[in-house]
Amino acid sequence: MSVRFRVNGREVEVDVEPRLTLADCLRHHLRLTGTHVGCEHGVCGACTVLVDGAAVRSCLMLAVQAEGAEVVTVEGLSSDAELTPLQKSFRKHHALQCGFCTPGMITTAHALLSEEPNCDAARVREVLSGNLCRCTGYIPIVEAVLEARAAYQPQARASDRSGNRA
Amino acid sequence: MKLPPFAYACPTTLPEAVQLLSSNDDAKPIAGGQSLVPMLAFRLAQPTLLVDLRKLADLRGIRISGKGVTLGAMVRWRDIEDDDRLDTAHPLLKAAIAHVAHYQVRNRGTVGGSLAHADPAAEMPGTAVTCDAEIAVVGKSGARVIQAADFFQGALTTALTADEIIVEVRLPAWPKGRRWGFEEFARRRGDFAMAAAAVFYDQSKDGKAHNAHVGVIGVADRPLRLPSVEGVLNGRVIDQAAIAEAEAATCAAVDPQDDIHASAAYRRALVGTMVERALKRAAARLQQ
Amino acid sequence: MRTVNSLIGSPIERLEDLRFLRGRGQYVDDLARQDMLHAAILRSAVAHGRIRAIDTAAARALPGVHSVITAKDIGNRVPRVPMRLQPLPDFEPFGQPVIAETKVRYVGEALAVVLADTPAVAEDALGLIEIDIEPLPPVADRLASAKDASLLFEEAGTNRAITFRAVRGDAAAAFAGAPYVRRERLRTQRHMALPLEPRGLLAEWDGARKRLIIYGGAKVLFFNRRTLAKQLGVPESAIDIVENDVGGGFGARGEFYPEDFLIPFAARLAGRPVKWTEDRREHLMCMNHAREAECDVEIACTRAGTILGLRGHAYVDVGAYMRTNGAVGARNVAQFMSGPYRIPHIDIDVALQLTNKTPVGTYRGPGRFETDFFRERLLDMVAQDLGLDRVEFRRRNLVSQREMPYQIATITPFESKDELDSGDYHATLDRCLDEIKWSEKSKLAGKLVDGRYHGLAVGCFIEGGAAGPKESARIVLEPDGLYSVYVGSSAIGQGLETVFAQIAADALEVTIDRLRGVFHGSTSYVDDGYGAYHSRSVVMGGSAILDAATKLREAIRLKAAQRLDCQPSDVEIVEGVKAVGPGGKAVALTELSSISAEGAFLNKKHTYTYGTHAAHVAVDPKLGHVELLDYVLVADCGRIINPLTVHGQAVGSLVQGLGGAMMEHLAYDQEGQLLTGSLADYLIPTASDFPNLRAIVLENHPSPINPLGAKGAGEGGIIAAGGVMANAVANALSELGVEPRELPLTPTRIWELVQAARSNKKSA
Repeated sequence: MSVRFRVNGREVEVDVEPRLTLADCLRHHLRLTGTHVGCEHGVCGACTVLVDGAAVRSCLMLAVQAEGAEVVTVEGLSSDAELTPLQKSFRKHHALQCGFCTPGMITTAHALLSEEPNCDAARVREVLSGNLCRCTGYIPIVEAVLEARAAYQPQARASDRSGNRA
Repeated sequence: MKLPPFAYACPTTLPEAVQLLSSNDDAKPIAGGQSLVPMLAFRLAQPTLLVDLRKLADLRGIRISGKGVTLGAMVRWRDIEDDDRLDTAHPLLKAAIAHVAHYQVRNRGTVGGSLAHADPAAEMPGTAVTCDAEIAVVGKSGARVIQAADFFQGALTTALTADEIIVEVRLPAWPKGRRWGFEEFARRRGDFAMAAAAVFYDQSKDGKAHNAHVGVIGVADRPLRLPSVEGVLNGRVIDQAAIAEAEAATCAAVDPQDDIHASAAYRRALVGTMVERALKRAAARLQQ
Repeated sequence: MRTVNSLIGSPIERLEDLRFLRGRGQYVDDLARQDMLHAAILRSAVAHGRIRAIDTAAARALPGVHSVITAKDIGNRVPRVPMRLQPLPDFEPFGQPVIAETKVRYVGEALAVVLADTPAVAEDALGLIEIDIEPLPPVADRLASAKDASLLFEEAGTNRAITFRAVRGDAAAAFAGAPYVRRERLRTQRHMALPLEPRGLLAEWDGARKRLIIYGGAKVLFFNRRTLAKQLGVPESAIDIVENDVGGGFGARGEFYPEDFLIPFAARLAGRPVKWTEDRREHLMCMNHAREAECDVEIACTRAGTILGLRGHAYVDVGAYMRTNGAVGARNVAQFMSGPYRIPHIDIDVALQLTNKTPVGTYRGPGRFETDFFRERLLDMVAQDLGLDRVEFRRRNLVSQREMPYQIATITPFESKDELDSGDYHATLDRCLDEIKWSEKSKLAGKLVDGRYHGLAVGCFIEGGAAGPKESARIVLEPDGLYSVYVGSSAIGQGLETVFAQIAADALEVTIDRLRGVFHGSTSYVDDGYGAYHSRSVVMGGSAILDAATKLREAIRLKAAQRLDCQPSDVEIVEGVKAVGPGGKAVALTELSSISAEGAFLNKKHTYTYGTHAAHVAVDPKLGHVELLDYVLVADCGRIINPLTVHGQAVGSLVQGLGGAMMEHLAYDQEGQLLTGSLADYLIPTASDFPNLRAIVLENHPSPINPLGAKGAGEGGIIAAGGVMANAVANALSELGVEPRELPLTPTRIWELVQAARSNKKSA
């Protein structure tokens, strides 16, 4: 089946079996390997991407269901030039070790902070409890997300936080 | 755990969707996919055709009127969370749904999907049963309404026929001043409940309870209303003694099984505690 | 401006983060080759049985399927997975064939390999393979195993692989004369490392040059290469194993697994690259399990609280085969039961019992988590019996600095004499008690507040590290003046690239940007590498880098001396950029390059990072729920290279330990079926479970046995968590007389202990 959607601001068209998940489509057909697959049954969150602005588990979505959608992956939340404020905060707080859960954490945190720039620690933990990490014990990740709130405040520039060529 | 092969259709109207389900053996509707796709990944289900409901815009609304709250089948947990009207229109629904899964799942998972999937420990089926909801469905024989009490027939089993799609669920109106409580205990935040209780009652001027509804999940193959517990509550003031009796009646009314997450004895005691704590919340709730 | 020693000890932000944060890490599943085939593995659904027939015809006929490999395609004798550590002859009969030959012995054992155009088709084909297995009685646990009624290996005549024994002094005499003895049976549950990235391999066979390149290596690539070369009948030099980015190891990833033969074999057979990615369901039943141990031990003390001895029996359920490092956990259970405490008389034997379950291997702090739980539970029970303060009892019995090196129990069959190397165990105890405000919080111990019982506990641990025998490094001064560092150590997420860059840059007296990079793990980087296990990388790899750096600077001076016509000892290397001779004559290093030097570090002694954990919990007796109100871990790791990463290791390790203490469990039924087959059933901690904890890492007592003064760190966080949490729960519920003797501390278990204790009281 032919599917057309936008990924990281770019129009794509792929020809896929209906059973192909969005995660596998992004990784293997579009070669965007930043989105990771950790469980394929919707528990670990490593596959989190944004679809029409909402954080979703791309392993639980079929690629064909993304028809007409706006998909953003971790690559779309990054820039070559400089780390985004969220990424800088992760690095500063040592919020990653092996890096495997990191794209999912970044994407989920970005979605949360975009909607709720004033979320508190309890809310951050609640939202991130859908993303498993085996290395860090989560505390530095929560700290990193809290510090990044400043960059998502209305007065901060949108271009600063997204890493997109603004 | 790649998915097994299937054909895919994405109808734009309800009749089209019904037609697809009726004319294909082993066709299944897919809504948010949060329960169905994992089943496919484990190859526990191998449908030949998936009928995607995402283009059925009519199924996405939340309607509130004097008659009650109607949730379209494609309403997501996220939509319930974001709808402030429900804070007063149906606070029990809001409280129960707050326990469903995680952030990403809540952006996709739907009311209809949860009802159709019928996990014995899921909050939406529990709320539907507790609140005497009506589930409106459409199939090749036309439209019908199924009472929640009749809808859930066993673990992952409902009264739906293979060609039927849930259109909406209707919850009766929620009066001001109603006393209610929802209490759940899960292994970790967002996990399926080991047990949960949804309770409400209305209070007469003399302070006595009537119209008590007590519903529990996690202790049987479907959500349960507990009339024996309701009988303990109706016609009396809900004080410590009443609550203690209700807890004991709850434990006596259920017969849970052992599984890897909890023993039968523990679940039996746990659900009693859930009812107890939900009642305590209900009794302590300030008059609105 | 000298830049010496400015990097070691600095919380430098990690270099590897720059790619990980952008989703530019390269994990093995990210790799692709044009003409690659995808492998899927058919795994036994039966725990114990004799294979009668495998019919692959229907699978082979499925469009998109290239071929199906079974044991008969491999040859006369299917290779065995070797024992990497403790390769004793006792284990020979219990080796695992890389694919099932005549029997299956655990659910998950490989039966066939399908090669297909896509992973989905390969998986479809699995369902078409017909297997006829004659079921045999499953050996479900260590008790059934010991009966030897149903044997996993008929020729061996037993299900017991070996018995290790840890001995110190004369336990028989000590117990004979002991005024107080307490005996207990305690158990820890089967659980596992569960790194977030499942395993994967991509193997490429170059038919023309007869070379194999394998991507997806980790941990012990050199050993694996040596093993595979023998199994395939090719020289080692014909194989390269490449380490990509690795999504966590924790001891389990990187050991030689059956797939480490099957996938390269398939690539050579097919003449095309073959890629295999494990899915999570497979992972739970195939990657090394760990931690299932039981003990029946006694402790002897004076009434005043001096520990006299420890003796008894331990039993480890090792699963269906002995492979790679499957004996390490059991050995450590016996040898390290004394932990940091002075226990003069010890006699503990540990039996390794085979069962029809997934084979075990090491998982962070192998055997140490289990044995720490056993010991620390005993200590609290003893303190209660004797009316002693739990802290003072520990203080009295901790090994002191002046007793070091302090020899611990000797394990037989003989391995090495282990000694506690250096440290002030009392200091970390005091610091921990202070940090958690022990005296203040003690007022809550055992009290019921708002329906919950509060409890406190403290426990002391040692963490072994720095296993030898050797590690290698090579540093090259490149023509552009940058330095490339190659090391045999493996990166598994612990920040090696950064930590080694700090060590190398300091040793070369340059800033970190003068390094092109740290290249780790892959077999093409050094001739003789060992890898990452037993918390050895900083000590072994770091020291090897120091050696290489020293040798490189000597080589630079030598070459500069020739150019400058002076003695090497007269040459000074300035900021790693130029070499200056007498009279100020200088030559740029770019004119001397390229120069390379190799270094190594040999070691026979272990280092011991040590410390103390303390916890404050609130237990809801009706829910069986334990809330962790506060947890402090204090550890002294000798020398901190990067405070950010070592602290991160401590916290991460601790949360894994809490998972093991409270929720993780690989549950099997009596038929040998794994009941916890998904992440919805095998529960690991999430961000909301343990938000209240802190780790403090100290460096007050460098290790005397390596030039860095470092000790292995990274496992200490996990080791004491089980014992401390169980003791905290016991303390909380002490009024009820609840004594947890088994992990995990699930709500059901705690509730049942409360019920049992209450009904005991009623009938008492």
